[in-house]
Amino acid sequence: MSDMNTAMSSKYRTSFLKEVEANVEEGEWVKMCMQCGVCAGSCPFGKHWDHPPQELFMMIRAGKREEVLSSESMWMCTSCYNCIARCPRGLPITHIMHGLANYAKRLGKVPENQQTEKFAQIFWDNITKKGRGNELKLGLSLYFMNGLATGIKTAMANQKLGLNMIKTKRMSVAELWGGHSIKDTSGLHKMLQKAQELEDAKIQDLN
Amino acid sequence: MAKEYSFYPGCSSQKGGSASNLMASVDTMCEELDIKLNEIPDWNCCSASIGYAGGGELPRLTLSARNIALSEQHNPDQDIVATCAACWLATREAKERLGESEETMQDANTALAEANLKLENNTPTKHMVEVLMEDIGMDAVKAKVKKPLSGLKIAGYVGCQTNRPFGIQGESFENPVYLDNMIEAVGAEPIRDYDKKVSCCGGALAFSEPEKAYELIQGIIESAVDAGADMIVTPCPVCQMNVEVYQDQINARQGTKFDMPVVYYSQLMAVAFGRSAKDAALDGQVIKAKQLEEIAAK
Ligand code: SF4
Ligand code: SF4
Repeated sequence: MSDMNTAMSSKYRTSFLKEVEANVEEGEWVKMCMQCGVCAGSCPFGKHWDHPPQELFMMIRAGKREEVLSSESMWMCTSCYNCIARCPRGLPITHIMHGLANYAKRLGKVPENQQTEKFAQIFWDNITKKGRGNELKLGLSLYFMNGLATGIKTAMANQKLGLNMIKTKRMSVAELWGGHSIKDTSGLHKMLQKAQELEDAKIQDLN
Repeated sequence: MAKEYSFYPGCSSQKGGSASNLMASVDTMCEELDIKLNEIPDWNCCSASIGYAGGGELPRLTLSARNIALSEQHNPDQDIVATCAACWLATREAKERLGESEETMQDANTALAEANLKLENNTPTKHMVEVLMEDIGMDAVKAKVKKPLSGLKIAGYVGCQTNRPFGIQGESFENPVYLDNMIEAVGAEPIRDYDKKVSCCGGALAFSEPEKAYELIQGIIESAVDAGADMIVTPCPVCQMNVEVYQDQINARQGTKFDMPVVYYSQLMAVAFGRSAKDAALDGQVIKAKQLEEIAAK
């Protein structure tokens, strides 16, 4: 084969679909989609998706790598599992959405200021630090996640809500000084680090 | 003899957590129904559904694997029971995913070894609702009722994750009836054709996309109001919180006058079983469930 042909065939082999199959959670299912549109009609935030799951799957097969990975769409998934319950081909759509979002983040393709991406990261940091969620600190970092100015505005808007939660003992100020924790945090951190290493080692560079 | 389970309470049920009222009322309910919950020692957060951005597949599965491994070690031969939809779903999903792939199972155990744990992965995870429907039965619940909640019209809001993708055995995804049956068992009137029964409250995206979520929440409350509901009941801590605590904000934005109590099934049972408002954790409601308080005070 000429050099050009080799280049082309390797490009063919390393299509975006292959990349998704290799690197995205449950990505090997994408090719099973028959484009019926049931999932697209099932999303609670449906009208806010630029590309509903059905379309994302089509775009993956069409090799639209940048468009898919830099889309806000999969960040609109509320994890309602409606699509999974209804998909005639049994695709684990919810997990593919989470997987695409996670992979886009790994590659640094997430649009700037994507609110759910920010929240999800704050949440992950919050729960992995001590092994259990700290809702007050989570709440506080949320108010300030967009910088101080908007942070203060949001905090004011939600001040009554926070007070309500504290009054009914459903949010504890004591959490600020420590809060809930598991005992074996060091084991947990080592475990998560190992899991992360194992996962990183499996990512294939197909580009 | 008491039925025993290995219990996974989850973060929001902790003392001072947003679902501490769920926990307190579940304790009361279990006392009455002779259910013994043995907490999994040192359990950790399941990372819910929203953990996906920070944590990849294996780290997330490993978090749940740790809980199952701890349960197998400390509470052998007991099924795991979760009261939170997200905890139940994450744990059950992990069990399935790890059961389907030897490679993932091996990886999870390699990671767990760092915390000196080992997963056998042969422990079923149940939702508390499954315990009630399948192991206890509605007849036993009815037999415990001392103060039927007669005259109350209640919209049973099942939501998403208690319903999909696993659901409760024998129930449909589009119209599950177990919550209606529970409402009936405690003597109240269920709104069986409540049309937002299984629709989404926005979940964790109520934090990151509040406007979009409030629109969903508004629909859930409106449809209960239209059906003449006195209150909404739900099994899910996320649904409970989202539908209850943002009513002020929705009222301010939309000019609605919502003042709809949103309670847990366990709170209905605690009151119907004749226990106090405190045992039913009614003091944990941001929107007071006055009718339940009155029945409890009788
Ligand atoms: S419901 Fe399933 S088969 Fe239909 S478009 Fe969506 S993913 Fe494809
Ligand atoms: S789980 Fe996500 S992708 Fe599926 S219907 Fe719900 S919001 Fe849409």
